[in-house]
Amino acid sequence: MGLQEEVELLRNIPLFAKIEPSKLKLLAFTSERLTYSEQEILFEQGDVGDSAYIIIGGEADIVVNTPGGPLVVATLKQNEIVGEIAILCDVPRTATVRAKTELTTLRITKDLFFSLVIEFPQIAVEIMRELAHRLEQTTTRLREAVAEAQG
Amino acid sequence: MEKSIFKYILRYSKSQQIFLLCVILAFYPFLFITLDLPKIIVNRAIKSGGAEGPFDVPIFGFEISLDVEQITYLLILSFSYLGLVFITGGFKYYISVYKGRLGERLLRRLRYQLYSRILRFPTPHFKKISQGELIPMITAEVEPLGGFIGIAFADPMFFGGQLVLILGYILLQDWALGLAAAALIPVQGYVIPRLQKKVNALGKQRVQNVRRLADHLGESVSSINEIHSNDAAKLEMSRFADRLGTIYDIRYDIYRRKFFIKFLNNFIDKLTPFFFFSIGGYLVIQGGLTVGALVAVLNAYKDLASPWKELLMWYQQKEDVRIKYEQVVEQFEPQGMLEEELQHTETEGPSPIKGDLIVSNIGLADEDGVRSLEGISFDAPVVAHVAVVGDGGSGKTDLGLVLSRLVRQTSGTITIGGVDLTQMPEAITGRRIAYVGSNAYLQAFSVGDNLLYGLKHKPIQPAEYEGAEDGKNKEKMAEARITGNSENDYLADWVDLQEAGVEDREALNRRLIETLTLADMDDDVYRFGLRGVIDPEKHPEVASRIMAARQAMRERFTDPAVAQLIEPFSADAYNTNASVAENILFGLPVGDAFDLERLAEHPYIRDVLDKVGLTDDFLEMGKQVAQTMLELFADLPPGHEFFEQFSFIESDDLPEFQIILGRASRGPEGLTDDDRLQLISLPFKLIRARHRLDLVDDQMMQRILEARHTFAENLPEDLRDNVAFFDSETYNAAASLQDNILFGKLSYGQAQAENKVGALVGEVVDDLDLRETVMLTGLDFQAGIGGARLSQGQRQKVVIARSLLRQPDLLILNEATATLDAVSQNRIMENILRVRRDQGVVWILNRVPDAQQFSKVVVLKSGRVLETGTYDELITAGGEFQTLLEAG
Repeated sequence: MGLQEEVELLRNIPLFAKIEPSKLKLLAFTSERLTYSEQEILFEQGDVGDSAYIIIGGEADIVVNTPGGPLVVATLKQNEIVGEIAILCDVPRTATVRAKTELTTLRITKDLFFSLVIEFPQIAVEIMRELAHRLEQTTTRLREAVAEAQG
Repeated sequence: MEKSIFKYILRYSKSQQIFLLCVILAFYPFLFITLDLPKIIVNRAIKSGGAEGPFDVPIFGFEISLDVEQITYLLILSFSYLGLVFITGGFKYYISVYKGRLGERLLRRLRYQLYSRILRFPTPHFKKISQGELIPMITAEVEPLGGFIGIAFADPMFFGGQLVLILGYILLQDWALGLAAAALIPVQGYVIPRLQKKVNALGKQRVQNVRRLADHLGESVSSINEIHSNDAAKLEMSRFADRLGTIYDIRYDIYRRKFFIKFLNNFIDKLTPFFFFSIGGYLVIQGGLTVGALVAVLNAYKDLASPWKELLMWYQQKEDVRIKYEQVVEQFEPQGMLEEELQHTETEGPSPIKGDLIVSNIGLADEDGVRSLEGISFDAPVVAHVAVVGDGGSGKTDLGLVLSRLVRQTSGTITIGGVDLTQMPEAITGRRIAYVGSNAYLQAFSVGDNLLYGLKHKPIQPAEYEGAEDGKNKEKMAEARITGNSENDYLADWVDLQEAGVEDREALNRRLIETLTLADMDDDVYRFGLRGVIDPEKHPEVASRIMAARQAMRERFTDPAVAQLIEPFSADAYNTNASVAENILFGLPVGDAFDLERLAEHPYIRDVLDKVGLTDDFLEMGKQVAQTMLELFADLPPGHEFFEQFSFIESDDLPEFQIILGRASRGPEGLTDDDRLQLISLPFKLIRARHRLDLVDDQMMQRILEARHTFAENLPEDLRDNVAFFDSETYNAAASLQDNILFGKLSYGQAQAENKVGALVGEVVDDLDLRETVMLTGLDFQAGIGGARLSQGQRQKVVIARSLLRQPDLLILNEATATLDAVSQNRIMENILRVRRDQGVVWILNRVPDAQQFSKVVVLKSGRVLETGTYDELITAGGEFQTLLEAG
């Protein structure tokens, strides 16, 4: 896959949707593309987070360690980003991510991610927008859950 | 050492100096005749009007009569003059060479003595005197001594004699003229030394200030991190400038005074001819003196100036050198130097230390009288395992130093096996006792040589010399003997196998690896080995075993999981994980000619590109790469980290490429040769698998392969040694062991590829029983200056391994593992105590609980022993030990 295809791919990710193509090209050029075989671990819950991953091909399971053993809480597909929380908030990984199938990712290191955010404020704005959007969703769900519990 | 330079010179070169004086004495008659002959020629031989023989030749008052023609007489005299010129010249040559050699020999001796004194300095003295001061003393400051030693006695004799001779000659011609010539000499002799005195004092100051400058320089180098991290550069620069200013002031003052002295001398010199012209002229006019005599006197006086100048120069040099010598020597006589015998006494064979270690009433105080140890007493069998514990201020570190005699106690005695430790020669303290401190220092040798350093006490096997080499070596040794230098041949084999407890080199290698494993350094050295290179011609068996590993590795490539990690080199396939440059070269550069970073600059490479018709394509690719780089990076601020990490073009060069691209858009004619080179260089860096710029397509790969083949086939003979080609069947001398095993490129984009490949190589290495071979290659890893290429922990481990290698009777570890991680600390302690079950260990512990593994525990506090006993006794005693243990 060439750089141009990767740029197209990045554009399909909501976080980067509104960023101009030349910046995305830089992001693609400076990110490492990594291939994982099935069942290989991207990172473990509790690790120090040093990078975020964008899934280019294949699927990945998000696994959370619970008292009852590991639990798959979600499965990520192409175009989704994973691991951004740990690099944004400097907290340990909140879950383990494991390749469900053969998996190709674009690895964006923390330094790279922050350099981009600092260099290009529009990325920061996009991230804020995305995070606010997610927060809004979470709040809505919480409201629904509370309503359900009360009702 | 002798207090004055003259005493020193006399002590070591009296006979040579006397010989030199004799040669000079023998020289005088010839000199005298050379002076006299011109007068005879002028006065007697050159007479118009055909004088008749016989002619007389006066020699030292005798008249020899020659019955010859006038012309023959003139020729005889002239040729005698020529002969004399030869003889005097020969004398001068011989004397100069002899003086030079004499000086160099004594200088060599002096330097050697100073160095050997440094090796005997009491170790605390190094807190007071810095490297920066010692180095210039032995190198630069004593240098002028060499020049002076040769002339110390010879010059005053030689030039003084000449002076007297010439003066005598002038007096002989005419006493009045003689007196006039000599009149001012006493004046000069009185005034000059007085003026010189002040210059001497300044010279002394200058030496001290330059030393301080050197000291400051050394300090800055050592504390460079502190300077950066405290933003102290301005302060340091101002301090340096201040010192330079002081030196300048002194220097300027010296110049003024020195050249004033010169001025005065010159003036007085020119004053004398004034007397000659006036008085001498008067005498000639009056008929009291012949013209020939006046010419001779003037000639002689001209000759007088030079020895007089030399004498004054000698005097100034003498003063200069005297100060330097005194100032150097006083720095080399600290109190409490190790006695020379203790360092040089050679013991016959190993004499193991047996019996008890008895420490009685040891006290240690520094020169300010601050006591760090007081009344320390304990004893234990030498073979016991003794732990010393205490808090930071307990003096335990000092005790470790005293026990190894690196620091001498100020009171009390230590006996080991009944012998007083202070009386033991270093042949015992440095062989039967080993010491490891907490801050290991390695020499700038390989790791292996650093290990063997502890086995090299004296030459064991003389080096073998053949033919001319042998003669040269004998001369070298004879010269060393004359100058009192070491007569041990440095090139001999110094490794004492017996001390390591092995029979031959092979067993020694095994033992090296064994000790490295004990010191938990085996993995590190294994990794050094994988990164190391060997010369396959010197180690054919290693090369062939590595080739077997390559074969084994290749067999594993059939496993797809392995295959995707590495892309093997193949002569007929483009390697997508290698750069275009690597693909063309298909080998490793040897030397600078084919530096991969600058491959495009090599004319032969350009030839190859032309030949396969790639030049224009590369130019086009270069344009596209430049275009992309401009597009990607133009917005980034200069110096952004991305440039270094990702860009093909440095930030400073981006604008230039913008211009080049501008010119390129106007067609190929618009480009200069330099532009073309710049553009063509870019595609060489492309790695298809990594850069994903879609520039190297299948067709391009095919054509680059063609370039690879053309490159190899047409490579001129004189460039052949500059490439180590990849060949699947031969060992590549320029590649590391690991690269030779892998024989391919790590694939980009495989998660954890490096670790996986590392494990894979490990498996292959172990399958083929190669680990030891790899580790032996790892021993060749260069430790760098002060061991800087190794981590602090690795240095510490190497030094621990070295101390184990020679199997000392007593091993003293002074918080030797404190800087290592806990796992290593545990492992090393366990290993050492296990292999030294029957040999002594005194361990100054940094972790109190470790004391459990020792048979005896000594507890220190504030420089005193509070408790001794076994671990079990002490944990219930309710004393200091328990407190320390509970404190953690």
